[in-house]
Amino acid sequence: MFCFPAMGHRHCCALGPMDPMRRSPSPCPSRPSSPRTPPCEMLGYVGIEAVLDQLKIKAMKMGFEFNIMVVGQSGLGKSTMVNTLFKSKMWKSTVQGLGTPTPQTLKLQSVTHVIEEKGVKLKLTVTDTPGFGDQINNDKCWDPILGYISEQYERYLQEEILITRQRHIPDTRVHCCIYFVPPTGHCLRPLDIEFLQRLCRTVNVVPVIARADSLTIEERETFRRRIQHNLRTHCIEVYPQKCFDEDINDRILNSKIRDRIPFAVVGADREHLVNGRCVLGRKTKWGIIEVENLAHCEFPLLRDLLIRSHLQDLKDITHNVHYENYRVCRLNESHLLPRGPGWVNLAQTPAGPLATPQPSKVHQQAQEDSEDGDEY
Amino acid sequence: MGEGCRTVPLAGHVGFDSLPDQLVNKSVSQGFCFNILCVGETGLGKSTLMDTLFNTKFEGEPATHTQPGVQLRSNTYDLQESNVGLKLTIVSTVGFGDQINKEDSYKPIVEFIDAQFEAYLQEELKIRRVLHSYHDSRIHACLYFIAPTGHSLKSLDLVTMKKLDSKVNIIPIIAKSDAISKSELTKFKIKITSELVSNGVQIYQFPTDDESVAEINGTMNAHLPFAVIGSTEELKIGNKMMKARQYPWGTVQVENEAHCDFVKLREMLIRVNMEDLREQTHSRHYELYRRCKLEEMGFKDTDPDSKPFSLQETYEAKRNEFLGELQKKEEEMRQMFVQRVKEKEAELKEAEKELHEKFDRLKKLHQDEKKKLEDKKKCLDDEVNAFKQRKTAAELLQSQGSQAGGSQTLKRDKEKKNNPWLCTE
Repeated sequence: MFCFPAMGHRHCCALGPMDPMRRSPSPCPSRPSSPRTPPCEMLGYVGIEAVLDQLKIKAMKMGFEFNIMVVGQSGLGKSTMVNTLFKSKMWKSTVQGLGTPTPQTLKLQSVTHVIEEKGVKLKLTVTDTPGFGDQINNDKCWDPILGYISEQYERYLQEEILITRQRHIPDTRVHCCIYFVPPTGHCLRPLDIEFLQRLCRTVNVVPVIARADSLTIEERETFRRRIQHNLRTHCIEVYPQKCFDEDINDRILNSKIRDRIPFAVVGADREHLVNGRCVLGRKTKWGIIEVENLAHCEFPLLRDLLIRSHLQDLKDITHNVHYENYRVCRLNESHLLPRGPGWVNLAQTPAGPLATPQPSKVHQQAQEDSEDGDEY
Repeated sequence: MGEGCRTVPLAGHVGFDSLPDQLVNKSVSQGFCFNILCVGETGLGKSTLMDTLFNTKFEGEPATHTQPGVQLRSNTYDLQESNVGLKLTIVSTVGFGDQINKEDSYKPIVEFIDAQFEAYLQEELKIRRVLHSYHDSRIHACLYFIAPTGHSLKSLDLVTMKKLDSKVNIIPIIAKSDAISKSELTKFKIKITSELVSNGVQIYQFPTDDESVAEINGTMNAHLPFAVIGSTEELKIGNKMMKARQYPWGTVQVENEAHCDFVKLREMLIRVNMEDLREQTHSRHYELYRRCKLEEMGFKDTDPDSKPFSLQETYEAKRNEFLGELQKKEEEMRQMFVQRVKEKEAELKEAEKELHEKFDRLKKLHQDEKKKLEDKKKCLDDEVNAFKQRKTAAELLQSQGSQAGGSQTLKRDKEKKNNPWLCTE
């Protein structure tokens, strides 16, 4: 059983009871101010809302960062999906040549690109996991992935506790992990369940049904319901997590999304001509599957969730919840302090550099910029 | 943006151009907070200016001039404009410049600012922290009110500003500037700026690196310090109601740029640079404070062997050191206690010995006296015995005599004998 700590709620205030309408926590006790903050009526226009424009200008100047990880067995169309999502050639679709042997160990590969749209710069990092679940014995195949995620948290933590720290700490933490479920049509496999259980505690996970063009609409629905049932049975909370809904609007919106998770997606990076329009799709003898057509597949829903509406939310939850949990564990570890209430019990400590509680060693390793392959 | 990562062209509309809007929406739902510190002598119009700036009436009565020391009064208000909620905190100095000895006037202000930084640092260093919903109480802008003397800065002003310039963004303003004429004002401003420069005081410069605001900020920088007038009274001028102050010789309009720089101040402080002020506070002043504080506590980033330390290790080392010291102190105290006990025991023993001696001495005396008395008694007994013997002898003699034949003469002789015999005794 796992549970998010009570403090994990984004707007939970440690200092006093929260008024959800006002969203203003009671003032810090060290400040000599009045205990209640009276609302003031302004008799005219002051110009406070100009701060929103100021924020926007600053954000656009600094640019945005987003780190995404795709996990799934080979051949499920991960690389193609990433290309489709960001409409550019992030990866060359990997096709295993006849001569190349299957990789024996899981090696994570990261690639970073800068994409720009209407003045907004986004530094996108995609981490692929070739070889996941491909071996005969897949025991502990999630360890390298969990290790990679923890390593990114560690890197950020080390930067944060420096005495002289940078103005803007580079954010390499994984904001979202897309998990590709093979379209068996039955239910989640034991490997899926094991992996999802572990991963949901440390990162935002969005499961998708890959290669959904092999399932009919009814089969998709049944498959989806079964998967949702499996997730509920095993207490796996995928993104968007229910406990982080802030207010009623969020809950309504997110409930709609939660109802459709996992999305049944199809990826394609080739364009075809349909009814005079150029669309992305897969051409088969019995028709062309349009990727961006909601009637054909749910790719637009995934794209909207990830990019158009919830990107900032993904980053916020990573920063405010998952990273803070990690930090609490790390600091508790090295202090050897007694564990207080609400301490998140991460039963499976990730393997790799964190097995030894020596932050300086890890810092050095991270700083030497060693290849991921060296550590696994 | 990134070294070693290439820019990839997009083949279509992806949709992340909504990112700034997503960010803004999130910030709006969280709300903003802004903290202003007003430093200035009593009676310069600090509260009135705040009321005018934010177009509202904040509570508070004017302060007296009889404060024994400088204090800071802080109030927090919730302002709402369309969908933006602002938590505004206004901190005012009370009694600044009223004392006879003003040497320590700046200290409460510096301590207050440091206390806010400290609170934030403590929250940041906690293991379980809630930074995203923490009410930021650090001062984002300090408005320093300069008295409109028309000559130059007072030495109190210079000293205070010098102490504050590395801790907070200082924006100097000339208060109650309707007391100065226009020509005097230009000279006054030049004098103030040159004094600030020559004393090395770093006041806040509006940022000029972003093209959209560089131009307006650049021109405003040249107008510092702003000469402002505050007024909450509205008077009818022309056919509009305006904030103004009425004098017999004319009316000063607050929002008229020809009359004073109030509009410039409002533009700069709120409408253009509020976010920059907050960012400077966090990334420059707070970081400086944090660095100094942590170095003071003994943490460092690298040690001589160029092995990167970490806060945790240094903390452990410090903790052990502290525990060791505690133990040492405990030992010392224990030693001292044992010492004292020994001394006391020795004293008591001495006293006991003395008492014994005294007792012996007295006993001896007593025995001597007893012996003497016994001797005397013996003497007395001997004499008593001797007397008894003589008595019996005399009686014997007498009885012999009376038997031989005698009569009265014997009696008389007996009496005679008795009497002289008695007398001889």
